[in-house]
Amino acid sequence: MNPFSSGTCLRDMIRAIRACKTAAEERAVVRKECAAIRSSINEDDQDYRHRNLAKLMFIQMLGYPTHFGQMECLKLIASAGFPEKRIGYLGLMLLLDERQEVLMLVTNSLKQDLNYSNQYIVGLALCALGNICSAEMARDLAPEVERLLQFRDPNIRKKAALCSIRIIKKVPDLAENFINCAASLLKEKHHGVLITGVQLCADLCKVSSEALEYFRKKCTEGLVRTLRDIVNSPYSPEYDISGITDPYLHIRLLKLLRILGQGDADASDRMTDILAQVATKTESNKNAGNAILYECVETIMSIEDDGGLRVLAINILGKFLSNRDNNIRYVALNMLMRATTLDAQAVQRHRATILDCVKDSDASIRKRALDLLYLLVNDNNVKPLIKELIEYLEVSDQEFKGDLTAKICSLVEKFSSEKIWYIDQMLKVLSEAGNFVKDEVWHALIVVISNASDLHGYTVRALYRAFLTSTEQETLVRVAVWCIGEYGDMLVNNVGMLDIEDPITVTECDAVDAVEVAIKRHTSDLTTKAMALIALLKLSSRFPSYSERIKGIIVQNKGNVVLELQQRSIEFNRILQKHQKFRSALVERMPVLDEATFSGRRAGSLPTAISTSSGAPSNLPNGIAKPATAPIPDLLDLSSDDVPAPSSSGGDFLQDLLGVDLSPTPAPSGADMPPKASTDVLLDLLSIGMPLPVQTGLSASDILSSSQDDKAPFVNFNGLASLSSLSANATSPANAAPMMDLLDGRGPGPQKSEENGQAYPSLVAYESSSLRVMFNFSKQRGSPQTTLIQATFTNLSSNVYNDFLFQAAVPKFLQLHLDPASSNTLPASGDGSITQNLKVTNSQHGKKSLVMRVRIAYKTNNKDVLEERQINNFPQNL
Amino acid sequence: MGIRFILMVNKQGQTRLAQYYEWLTLEERRALEGEIVRKCLARNEQQCSFVEHRNYKIVYRRYASLFFLVGVDNDENELAILEFIHLLVETMDRHFGNVCELDIMFHLEKAHFMLEEMVMNGSIVETSKANILSPIQLMDKAS
Repeated sequence: MNPFSSGTCLRDMIRAIRACKTAAEERAVVRKECAAIRSSINEDDQDYRHRNLAKLMFIQMLGYPTHFGQMECLKLIASAGFPEKRIGYLGLMLLLDERQEVLMLVTNSLKQDLNYSNQYIVGLALCALGNICSAEMARDLAPEVERLLQFRDPNIRKKAALCSIRIIKKVPDLAENFINCAASLLKEKHHGVLITGVQLCADLCKVSSEALEYFRKKCTEGLVRTLRDIVNSPYSPEYDISGITDPYLHIRLLKLLRILGQGDADASDRMTDILAQVATKTESNKNAGNAILYECVETIMSIEDDGGLRVLAINILGKFLSNRDNNIRYVALNMLMRATTLDAQAVQRHRATILDCVKDSDASIRKRALDLLYLLVNDNNVKPLIKELIEYLEVSDQEFKGDLTAKICSLVEKFSSEKIWYIDQMLKVLSEAGNFVKDEVWHALIVVISNASDLHGYTVRALYRAFLTSTEQETLVRVAVWCIGEYGDMLVNNVGMLDIEDPITVTECDAVDAVEVAIKRHTSDLTTKAMALIALLKLSSRFPSYSERIKGIIVQNKGNVVLELQQRSIEFNRILQKHQKFRSALVERMPVLDEATFSGRRAGSLPTAISTSSGAPSNLPNGIAKPATAPIPDLLDLSSDDVPAPSSSGGDFLQDLLGVDLSPTPAPSGADMPPKASTDVLLDLLSIGMPLPVQTGLSASDILSSSQDDKAPFVNFNGLASLSSLSANATSPANAAPMMDLLDGRGPGPQKSEENGQAYPSLVAYESSSLRVMFNFSKQRGSPQTTLIQATFTNLSSNVYNDFLFQAAVPKFLQLHLDPASSNTLPASGDGSITQNLKVTNSQHGKKSLVMRVRIAYKTNNKDVLEERQINNFPQNL
Repeated sequence: MGIRFILMVNKQGQTRLAQYYEWLTLEERRALEGEIVRKCLARNEQQCSFVEHRNYKIVYRRYASLFFLVGVDNDENELAILEFIHLLVETMDRHFGNVCELDIMFHLEKAHFMLEEMVMNGSIVETSKANILSPIQLMDKAS
């Protein structure tokens, strides 16, 4: 015996580890043991191999790496004795996974063991195979497993069945071989084999549709009969669980029936009797019974059916809902969500109970109930429901508030019949939980406010009142500041009072005070302060007598360390000092924001079963630019029906905004469905993947300064003017500039639609005074859906561009692959160019042409420049 | 896939048994165990036994000082899994006789054997205690 080998047995090692008081001690003990095991392996010690492996298993469970033990497993498996083999296989399953190459070495041992005379060893091998076989192993050993499916011993058969499941999952092609055997398994008496056989059939149906057909035709009857037998069977001590014989088998059979019945009226017909029987006869005072009922209800919901069974199912769910056990209620809420799609009426009856569940103490139940409630809301019950939810918002706890707020906001927006109700509710939500409100929500609110011109006075007064009471809600402060700035005169002069309002006298001084508070508070963040500065500028024109005071406030920020604020205060100060004449023209009332272009935003977590239409948050033309608040899966979930055209109304609107004519243009305040502005959707796609976080304040000033470089001084000022008349930062004008280029016709060349054979004309994707992007197309042989694009970038300005980065995004029906660029420095004046290869695969080749949104970022003259645009004019048949 | 993993964790958060039916690296496992255990241990008696975590559900149950956690797919019947946990405990109880945490710790391989007889590749194989325990009893007699 090796003096270095560990003399301790497994128990002692475990005891030693348990006795450790600190993690460091434990690590020391484990390290010592590992060293001992390693030396023992090197010595090729036969006696203690299985003990070593057991220790290794324990150590691995604690979380330490144990890959040095893998070969030990193999040696143990290859040895003759049963205990060794047992431990070897166990170790194999725990320590290895299917991706390791070591596994290939086991294949031979497995094959031998599968043919062994001792059935326990065969069982072992099947078990191991079933748990971790890889695709190659599956292919090699599939014939053996098939043979074993008909073995005499039920133990082996059931294991072989489960093994087959794994095999067909790994290698779906082999599924056909198993269909017949699986069908025969369904006629078994032994419960173990039956349950595994049922599972095998279920998986076969999932994998191959011909299996599904086969089973539907041949086996539905048999299955129904089996289920009936089980339901009616007398007490059997082996399989009884709290009075019900083998509930697991019940459930599996119901699952398989569900798969077979889904979408097929014929099969569903045959099942209705037995489903009704199960639903009515199962006792529901035990958990096992409830489990069966739950599965039964799920099956009823999924198969094609008449109303009778459905009513039964919903009644059962209703009973579940009033059960005191949390688990049952949770499960019922889950199911009801699915039931709502089929029969909303019935679920409405339980609305009160569901509302109670929203206030339950258990977090899981609350979440489910809220989701369900969200689905149940319709025009009739929205008002009282929202009222209740807002009341609950006040008392709910922090983690839940976020969810709740998001849901309330989306509901309010969806069902807002009158603007005044909408504004009221939103104000309440903002005062309560403003900090949880997402950006796009209050953007939308501002859009609505600006559209409701008769409500301006009411709104600003309400906001002022709310602002006085709850100043810690950041978004409320922002909205209030914007409104006060915009409609300050209405506030002071009590314009447009509605009957329901209480009179309130607000002097100009108060209004300015309010905005000053917003600036001075140290908890205000950058956006709020920036908005407050703009609001002050507007107020200075609306209340000329207070100009001095306002100037004083603005000047205080001249030395602010944040670039955005400093820039604003300096510029506004100049305006106040020197340019009194057109100050008023600058800060005239905002043109009404076009609701139609502001396409709807996606609400908070929508249940996946019911997804309403939406695009991702768009670039609010004069609000704070959105980016990455919407979750990524939502963004990528573009429907393939997106029309990739920039909404022309948006284009005109922006043009008007930036044009010389700054008078408010009466925009079509239409309540028409916002066109799916997929341009904006794609824009968000890119913003998620941006390397530089788009800081709302800072990048705007960067873009502003860089665009100022390019433009003439007068245009410079105009750019500034439009900037200051916008309430927040100006990512959008910079974005609008390339869009304007597109609209001005200076953009990409005309769509070339002549195609001769495989030749595609190259495309000037984008051309401006500073940059040209050309795309050269080619198709791969034999794959018409894939297009290879070679993009060439040429620098047309006189500055060198560094850190050149090209990004592209495509909608869902396209796949894009970008190769690395040839370099990321673009010499000036067209002296050289950068090329980059892209590969686009069009899954809707022939039906839709390519569309792509690109973003180009580079550095020039120590300033960062960002350009984005959409390219729509790809040749048609790419 | 059904069941993704089965864990037995004590009240201090130490893992006593871990069986995974899908491959995760060691770091992932530790991270996963840490997160889930924290969530489950923090819940009190009144709360629901089902926790949603990422894209799957965890069904858990507490027996004395040991928590049994089973991670399942979203389409699995949670109540059935709850029953399964109970069946597992009863089976171990019958074999070890009044099973406690120490039994599982010191006879880890036996606990694994039992679990293997019951669940394979994420699906429930055998639910009869007699059938599950017979090979294990045979093996004990043989060795």
